[in-house]
Amino acid sequence: MRNTHATELLFDLSQPGRRAARFPNSDVPDQPLEEMIPDAFRRDNQDGGLPELTESDVIRHFLNLSTLNMSVDTHFYPLGSCTMKYNPKRHERMARLPGMVDLHPYQRLCDQQGMLRLLHDMQEMLAEIAGLPAVSLQPAAGAQGELAALLVASAWFRSRGETRTRVIFPSSAHGTNPASASIAGFECVQLENTSGGLVDLDELETQLDDQTAVFMITNPNTLGLFETQIESIAARVHDAGGLVYIDGANMNAIMGITRPGDFGGDMMHFNVHKTFTGPHGAGGPGAGPIAVRSELAEFLPGPVVTRTTDDDGQPRFELETPNRSIGRVRSFFGNVGILLRGYCYLRTLGREGVREAARHAVLNANYLKALLADLLPAPFGHHCMHEFVGSASNLKDARGITAMDIAKRLLDFGFHAPTIYFPLVVPEAMMIEPTETESKATLDAFAATLHEIAEEDLDFLRQAPHAAPVSRPDDVQAARQPILLWSPDDDTADDA
Amino acid sequence: MAYLFNTPDDIRSMLEAIGAESIDELFEQVPDHLQVDGLLDLPTGFSEPELEMHLRKLAAANCGGSSRVCLMGGGVYDHFIPAAVDEVASRGEFYTAYTPYQAEASQGSLQAFFEFQTLVCQLTGMEVSNASLYEGGTAVSEAVFMAMRVTKRYNRVVVLGSLHPEYQEVLETYLGNLSCQLDVIATPDGAADVNIVADSLNEETCCLVIQQPNVFGALEELEPLCQAAHDVGALAIVSFDPLSLGLLKTPAECGADIAVAEGQSLGIPAQYGGPFLGILACRQDHVRQMPGRLIGQTVDRNGQRCFVLNLQAREQHIRREKATSNICTNQGLLAIRATVYLSLLGRQGLVDVAELCCRKSHYAAERLGELPGFELMFSRPFFKEFTLRCQGDATDVINRAADAGFDLGPALGRFPRLRESLGEAADQTLLVAVTEQRTREEIDRLVESLAATSENSATPKTLTKPA
Ligand SMILES: Cc1ncc(COP(=O)(O)O)c(C=O)c1O
Repeated sequence: MRNTHATELLFDLSQPGRRAARFPNSDVPDQPLEEMIPDAFRRDNQDGGLPELTESDVIRHFLNLSTLNMSVDTHFYPLGSCTMKYNPKRHERMARLPGMVDLHPYQRLCDQQGMLRLLHDMQEMLAEIAGLPAVSLQPAAGAQGELAALLVASAWFRSRGETRTRVIFPSSAHGTNPASASIAGFECVQLENTSGGLVDLDELETQLDDQTAVFMITNPNTLGLFETQIESIAARVHDAGGLVYIDGANMNAIMGITRPGDFGGDMMHFNVHKTFTGPHGAGGPGAGPIAVRSELAEFLPGPVVTRTTDDDGQPRFELETPNRSIGRVRSFFGNVGILLRGYCYLRTLGREGVREAARHAVLNANYLKALLADLLPAPFGHHCMHEFVGSASNLKDARGITAMDIAKRLLDFGFHAPTIYFPLVVPEAMMIEPTETESKATLDAFAATLHEIAEEDLDFLRQAPHAAPVSRPDDVQAARQPILLWSPDDDTADDA
Repeated sequence: MAYLFNTPDDIRSMLEAIGAESIDELFEQVPDHLQVDGLLDLPTGFSEPELEMHLRKLAAANCGGSSRVCLMGGGVYDHFIPAAVDEVASRGEFYTAYTPYQAEASQGSLQAFFEFQTLVCQLTGMEVSNASLYEGGTAVSEAVFMAMRVTKRYNRVVVLGSLHPEYQEVLETYLGNLSCQLDVIATPDGAADVNIVADSLNEETCCLVIQQPNVFGALEELEPLCQAAHDVGALAIVSFDPLSLGLLKTPAECGADIAVAEGQSLGIPAQYGGPFLGILACRQDHVRQMPGRLIGQTVDRNGQRCFVLNLQAREQHIRREKATSNICTNQGLLAIRATVYLSLLGRQGLVDVAELCCRKSHYAAERLGELPGFELMFSRPFFKEFTLRCQGDATDVINRAADAGFDLGPALGRFPRLRESLGEAADQTLLVAVTEQRTREEIDRLVESLAATSENSATPKTLTKPA
């Protein structure tokens, strides 16, 4: 039962005089505050809110809020491109171990040897999966990995006396690709065509020139297809003197099967929060390590972990900034809590499990694609990889049902919706990624539900969802008069 | 096999439905010669008990805050984390959800982030906050990029030399491929000289970056510094410590245009440097130039209050290369932790923590400063952290403290970027941070053990401050 009182805003729940957290009295000799901090620095009033609540108010509030979410722990969440696979509970326990969770980043090297060993071995495992020998674990997410790698590329070109200004990517590229390129100071060039859902080699050829720094390509691409011509693509980029960047967001399909370094990639990022089960945290944190080929290694952001041997022949781990590093992309080592979970995952799967996970991710996606072939046909490709992009165009033409209507109505049946309207090359796109951690029974139920929805009354669908906590928020009003924080005199809710 | 559910029977019937002979066939798009021959060179898989044994062994090879008394600072602090924070953050409904793109399936996250934005504004006095950035260092860089767009000045950024050196380094990296000049104003007295700063700003400058308290723990004269920035039409960016605002003037009061922070002190464990929480708040006028996600309140089709991602036209998934930032995945769960932390503390709790940090750190500074061979490097007001100068190498002092069961530091000699401000003393200085968690007894014990070990160390020499 929804507890609507507990999910009022914290600020409306606040009662003067309530208190959750108490701290001990000071045990050091009393000294007037103004002697320690002169008046000029101190705030002279303490108004400006901060709610006053008891601990039980807080717990009841947030636990009730949590029930308004869908999540992998509670629902099938086939959100394409996001790899919403199961997040093993053992990882949570390991991340909280004393010695891990409380380790300060400036602790002495001799006090961090266990952590450094873990991070070093993570670098090695990722290098092996990438087929690219040098890894930096520093980037905080995929987008930051892209930025870091593009800066590595420009430092590498500079070191060869070249300044190249253009970054090329297909129109199906994720938004972070162009955004990262532009922040890194590059001019963005988008390929507009596709050839059967894949990069159009001729178009690529016309865009490649001596100003091309990097070609960014997601492989498998955002349509869930493997770029079969990837070697030719890479060869042409290399012939033009450019570098190939592999957006590794979709590594779940190919880990242990084929490696970016082997198919021509010079640099790539991983999304540990997709492929290696870092929980998504309602939006983050992630971790976006990058792997590069050896020529680029000395430009990597640092520090990275290196392994040496001490006088007794014991391994010793150190932090090292690569020789001509682009510098840090963030403070401290990286999103270690997420890297640690990724490490636990890879150690659990092992060499066989990594490959099996990819194989089952692809099996599940193809099975679901087959179950939905009549309803949401995928315009490109024969078999798909870990995901497919179906189109609701037929439904729209025949009955006026849109991808949006289907997405909203799915919630009523307890399924999170697929990614919709991306990539743009497919009209009424529904990008479906079941992941390997779902059973056939779940996929059957999901497909049956979609078929049921396709038969439902259009007006009823247009009003969906009916059972969700809210239904079809007014985005237009939100944008027209943005309300971005609670204020005491705001009574929008009361009017409603 | 771990985490797979398909039985052999399932696999057979699934392949039949697909019309494929084998799973291998599904990979026919991947040219044969590109397929890994056999298995990758990775370890064999662990069962859960094996994994746990392995991780416990690695953890035991570390020496974290539970084995020694932590007085370390430098941007990561050992503040108390109430149990309720962990409890909420362990809810699968929060931590296994994705970014709240689909509002109807994500009202819990969306409302929590809306509350986070509100709490940040209440804390800082700023008018609008986003829903998180990666961490404090990148928050500074994002703020600088934002200042460029607001002022349309793309050629010059000025930062104080008392900014955290790693934040400065991140900024250098982000500016690495752009033709923007980064000028750093040294702060040899432990904090900026307002006149020198004012003289170095000009009409080309897009922003002045100030950290409060600064990397040495000292307080900067924020108001005249912000004013100096405004005098040349530049924005004032203030990187603040959230907990210090129980005691100190808010960034807004002091004139900050963009307030950024590392939110680690708000209920987030050290975990070797991340994941942490980047905070960015600004004035309403600049909202459309903000980086990152923003949650807005609206109503649904039944007129019920609800929350959505708002002003998304700033973001990469809509605006692509014209986006205000490339950030996509942010630090949502850490923002939830901070939201729970602040709602547990309330105003009075925040004041209590801030005062305790202040009192205890001043007590520790006084006791340590009296020790032969030690002195405070700067005579500036500070909040919870201070720079201690010792005889000889600061790393020796850190080692002695560790032997006695205390973690101090970092030694400031490790940061090349601080050498200009610290002069010849660079290798003799270290940070000491004292949070509300430390007791008088611990501080006294630290002082005694350093006193005892310094008697045994080299002959004392008089300390001189850099000119
Ligand atoms: C294909 C692709 N590339 C890049 C990204 C960006 O990664 P992140 O969100 O970790 O920054 C994503 C994820 O959203 C993605 O799906």
